[in-house]
Amino acid sequence: MKARVTVTLKSGVLDPQGKAIEGALRSLGVDGVTSVRQGKVFDIELAGGDKAGAEAALKQAAEKLLANMVIENYRVEVLG
Amino acid sequence: MKAAILVFPGINRERDMARTLKLVSGRDPAMVWHAETALPAGTDLVVIPGGFSYGDYLRCGAIAARAPVMDAVRAHAAKGGLVLGVCNGFQILCESGLLPGLLMRNAGLKFICRDVYLRVERADTPFTAGYKKNQVIRVPVAHGEGNYIADGETIAKLEGEGRVLYRYASPDGMIDPDWNHNGAMNAIAGIVSERGNVLGMMPHPENHVDAAIGPTDGRGLFAGLNDHLAKAA
Repeated sequence: MKARVTVTLKSGVLDPQGKAIEGALRSLGVDGVTSVRQGKVFDIELAGGDKAGAEAALKQAAEKLLANMVIENYRVEVLG
Repeated sequence: MKAAILVFPGINRERDMARTLKLVSGRDPAMVWHAETALPAGTDLVVIPGGFSYGDYLRCGAIAARAPVMDAVRAHAAKGGLVLGVCNGFQILCESGLLPGLLMRNAGLKFICRDVYLRVERADTPFTAGYKKNQVIRVPVAHGEGNYIADGETIAKLEGEGRVLYRYASPDGMIDPDWNHNGAMNAIAGIVSERGNVLGMMPHPENHVDAAIGPTDGRGLFAGLNDHLAKAA
């Protein structure tokens, strides 16, 4: 089973890397970008076909390691 | 002082730290590999040195914080044992939950490697006993992620409980954004846990201890710890 965990910064947390990317896009002449927030994507493969079990395992993975809940949020998608 | 230095893959300041601890206490610290599940018997100070544990993958300190030896460090801290984390060690302590908040990318986005000035906020702790309150010390920093951040409630608690022990300051001890090189909230350079027995700090006091190389302002931290532990023994 394939799944994706997306980790993003909580709103309000300053994102200096996002700011730098935003500046680089502007200097490349990409128009209309008003804000960039960067994050991480984890593509994960799991054994077995239990969707609810996979979601629970991924939630645990995100909270124990993939995200730091002080500044980050996460989203789990089981892609099947 | 019976110190133990934790060694993770990618750590690179453990020998500087060992040399300093030997210089101050006369005793070689134990070097403890990350896969160990216990600390040497009688350890009274655990030191987590600087470096780039696990290549800073995922987040600085995130993977080291989940290494087997950290359970032993948690148990040591829970008994009131002293823990000192410097630079990557501070990041590891935050990631492990032993200290609140965390260290973000420096506000100016650059890796900063130079001497800074710290104001010692109080002298009545094991980690500051070698200094006077409001003394300004000069010590080096070398980090890309040293920008301390925590939620408003945590910052208010840290300040209210006097848990900020070291703050970035000007050479005459003024708190000024121009001297807060990484943009840390409230110019925080070092904080202690609720019980006061776990200190995390970004600067490297262990690198300013020998007059043959330069300033010796960092020595007070280790001398203070050594005296504190000698008295406690």
